[in-house]
Amino acid sequence: MTPLLDVSDLSIGFGAAESVVRDVNFRVMPGETLALVGESGSGKTITCRSVLRILPEVAQIRSGSITFASPNGPTVDLMDISERAMRSIRGDQISMIFQEPMRSLSPLHRLGDQVSEVLKLHRDMTKRDAKAAVLETFDRVGFPDPLRVWRAYPFEMSGGMRQRAMIAMAMVAKPDLLIADEPTTALDVTTQAQVLGLIKDLQQDTGMAVILVTHDLGVVANMAESVVVMNKGRIMESGPAAAILGAPAHGYTKKLFAAAPAIPKVAEPARTERGTDHILEMHNVSKTFTMRSGGWSQPTIVTACHEVNLTLERGKTVAVVGESGSGKTTCARIALGAEVPDPGSDVIFRPSQDQDPIHINAMSPAERVAFQRQAQMVFQDPYSSLSPRMRIHQTMTEPMEIHDIGTRSERREKAEEMLRWVGLNSSMLSRYPHAFSGGQRQRLSIARALTLDPVLLVCDEPTSALDVSVQEQILSLLEDIRDRMGLSYLFISHDLAVVARIADEVAVMRQGVVVEQAAPDTLFYDPRHPYTRALIAAQPTPDINRPIDLNLVAKGAGSPASWPDEFRFEGVAAPALQELEPGHKVRCHV
Amino acid sequence: MMFLRYAIYRFITMLLTLWAVSILIFVIINLPPGDYLSNQIAELRATGQAEGVAKAEFLRTEYALDRPIWEQYLIWVGMAPGPQGWYGLIQGNFGWSFEFDRPVSEIVGDALWLTVLVNLAAVLFVYMVALPLGVIAAAKSETWVDYSAAFVGYLGLATPNFLLALMLFYYGNKYFDLPIGGLMDPQFEGEPMSWEKVKSVLIHLIVPTFVIGTSGAAAMMQRLRANMLDELSKPYVETAKAKGLAPSKLLSKYPLRMAFNPFVADIGNLLPAMVSGSVLVSVVLGLQTIGPSLLTALKSQDQFLAGFILMFVALLTLIGTMISDLLLVLLDPRIRYGARGT
Repeated sequence: MTPLLDVSDLSIGFGAAESVVRDVNFRVMPGETLALVGESGSGKTITCRSVLRILPEVAQIRSGSITFASPNGPTVDLMDISERAMRSIRGDQISMIFQEPMRSLSPLHRLGDQVSEVLKLHRDMTKRDAKAAVLETFDRVGFPDPLRVWRAYPFEMSGGMRQRAMIAMAMVAKPDLLIADEPTTALDVTTQAQVLGLIKDLQQDTGMAVILVTHDLGVVANMAESVVVMNKGRIMESGPAAAILGAPAHGYTKKLFAAAPAIPKVAEPARTERGTDHILEMHNVSKTFTMRSGGWSQPTIVTACHEVNLTLERGKTVAVVGESGSGKTTCARIALGAEVPDPGSDVIFRPSQDQDPIHINAMSPAERVAFQRQAQMVFQDPYSSLSPRMRIHQTMTEPMEIHDIGTRSERREKAEEMLRWVGLNSSMLSRYPHAFSGGQRQRLSIARALTLDPVLLVCDEPTSALDVSVQEQILSLLEDIRDRMGLSYLFISHDLAVVARIADEVAVMRQGVVVEQAAPDTLFYDPRHPYTRALIAAQPTPDINRPIDLNLVAKGAGSPASWPDEFRFEGVAAPALQELEPGHKVRCHV
Repeated sequence: MMFLRYAIYRFITMLLTLWAVSILIFVIINLPPGDYLSNQIAELRATGQAEGVAKAEFLRTEYALDRPIWEQYLIWVGMAPGPQGWYGLIQGNFGWSFEFDRPVSEIVGDALWLTVLVNLAAVLFVYMVALPLGVIAAAKSETWVDYSAAFVGYLGLATPNFLLALMLFYYGNKYFDLPIGGLMDPQFEGEPMSWEKVKSVLIHLIVPTFVIGTSGAAAMMQRLRANMLDELSKPYVETAKAKGLAPSKLLSKYPLRMAFNPFVADIGNLLPAMVSGSVLVSVVLGLQTIGPSLLTALKSQDQFLAGFILMFVALLTLIGTMISDLLLVLLDPRIRYGARGT
């Protein structure tokens, strides 16, 4: 059988610099799914874009050929054909899905218009036939009301729905090859599971081939028949998925595997005794926002979190897990006193065991300053949380200057010490942030938080902007620092696998409400709530024998109305958290 | 339906703004000590012309200039009865010009419409020049096309308007037989509208439009180019490319639509900038717009004339912003739905 796409000896470079993609060879058979795996900077995105010739203008293809043998047309070398011929292939025989559904659709055009445009360009169809075809595709990708979607604008839809619309756009002309560039990276896990399931289904229906670009070995295990692993522009290893995922041969692939976070398979957990020295207690914390809009319309009230109770023991880690919009970040902000909770909420902080507790929403200015020294935050995006105009030295010593600690040289010493703590070199102090990689920046941002000798660290998704191998290092670092300095963490994440590793207690949040709360071992051994089960089931594992159970995901991630009787509720009128066994609370009716 | 509601809401806020502006204008005009009449009375006294003083004193009471300032304001606007009863701006009385000794409406009369005409022509010119040039400059950014568009643009920005006016008059007259000065041939002044008169006005408009419009067009072009460049790097442009759209169609359908918002939002700012910017040009070119009258009125503290002209300019601005707001709502669904509160 001739391959559908044959990429050989492909090299791509920018300007006069060395090639960023070097001697890449791979083949895609008709109907096959090929995964292009690699971390950021591996050249996987550039490689897949060169197939459609939509590279940035400064990029040049230095050598190689890309042979495309369409069953409905002549075999061509995509590098050689004219721009006009290329345009007739784009969107028709080869189409593409992009990473960010939020920004990849034009906000000013209705979805029907944007999707039917593909047919207008490539098919000789009447408007009515085109609309019928688009509506059919909308139906196929799982929209309950295709007509409404036809008229809708992208901003009226959630991320998952927009990605469905993107997929509809890519599928409407029934292409031979679909290129999906990190199609689910920007989505929540449960949505990711559903979108991956959809792509698989569509592929079975139409027999198209898929090139799936991803950094996530779990996604690969669920989707791909063959795998190409790339690193720094070169192919490290390629072959059938079962072989590579079962027994990776190359050192780099092995490293990727070791770093891939996974929910552990746990045996029945041992009971742990709970201490009484609580550094942070959140009692009945609720927060509602009133959204005002222009004109004469009524303000709407949004509940960000509802009656959250959390207790953080000194030296331990409590994790709040949830998908986007679950209210987990609001919780963190309230814990830091950055947001004022609704009346009736109480947040108590004890700097040390024998000191008097402080009520965070009723602090005196002096208490607030002291509190700000003791509680620090590590932010999600290390690229934007360090000022690009300040040297590292300035960034690191600024907190001490603000709190008037030490002399100039003492501050510098402290900064150097903290850099050593996070595994960086003190000679890096005079550099600017742009000279550091993402992982190094996150180390810097942790070091900065540590300069004030805090006792409580709030980590808001500290690893989600990082590559898997770097994520692993940062998690180890956080664990190490916690144990050596006796810190306590309030850890916010969307990723159960990350949390499984670092947390002592996990609270699962869904739309402002904690649905289940337990130690991670208990939670993963015996998840009770349908939503928790869905989250766990949706987590892709790099093991082809453990595919995502879409049924379980769909059941739990849907609306509460689809849950079993004992969990059902409407709005925020949820049942109370019941302690089913010591240390395992579930929101259900008993 | 929802658009109509928004339009009504916007119209009411415009009226409220206009009201606030009227207070501001009145206060500012009255900030310098004295008024036209007290200055005149002082001057007449100094030269010993007694009967003139009596007339001026009469005018002072007639136009309520002897009353407290807030009362003067209410009478001017027509929200309180003055010496002639309820007769202010609201009732259609634009006031009396002391400088010209005639009602304001007579002085500004034709000039009002000519002002609107000249400035509308200039605005149209701005948009017609800036739109294609800005788009081309962005699409071919950092090529000779972009550089020469920028060069012409900066030249337009840097040349003083009146200098450009004089140059254009000289060469326009020499090579194209364009008329010099004025907005129509003298024989048509005060004549009723006729085809000949319209033609004369149009020919006279060429140079002023060009002069008033160039700097605005240059600035607008650069803004549109910058907006377009921002939009061109957005992911949705790549999506459109991956669909197989041809470059020209792609450009006009997606990024241009997005870059259009600031372009439309500028209508409101453009109008007042042109009206005030065209004062000097009008003086140099001898255009019968309200610009020159405004200058005289402000110099001699002819408060009703100045006040009326400023109110007129403010009204133009407010109408401009209202039009741009309404257009934005029509153009951009995000604004439309935001206003609805979804």
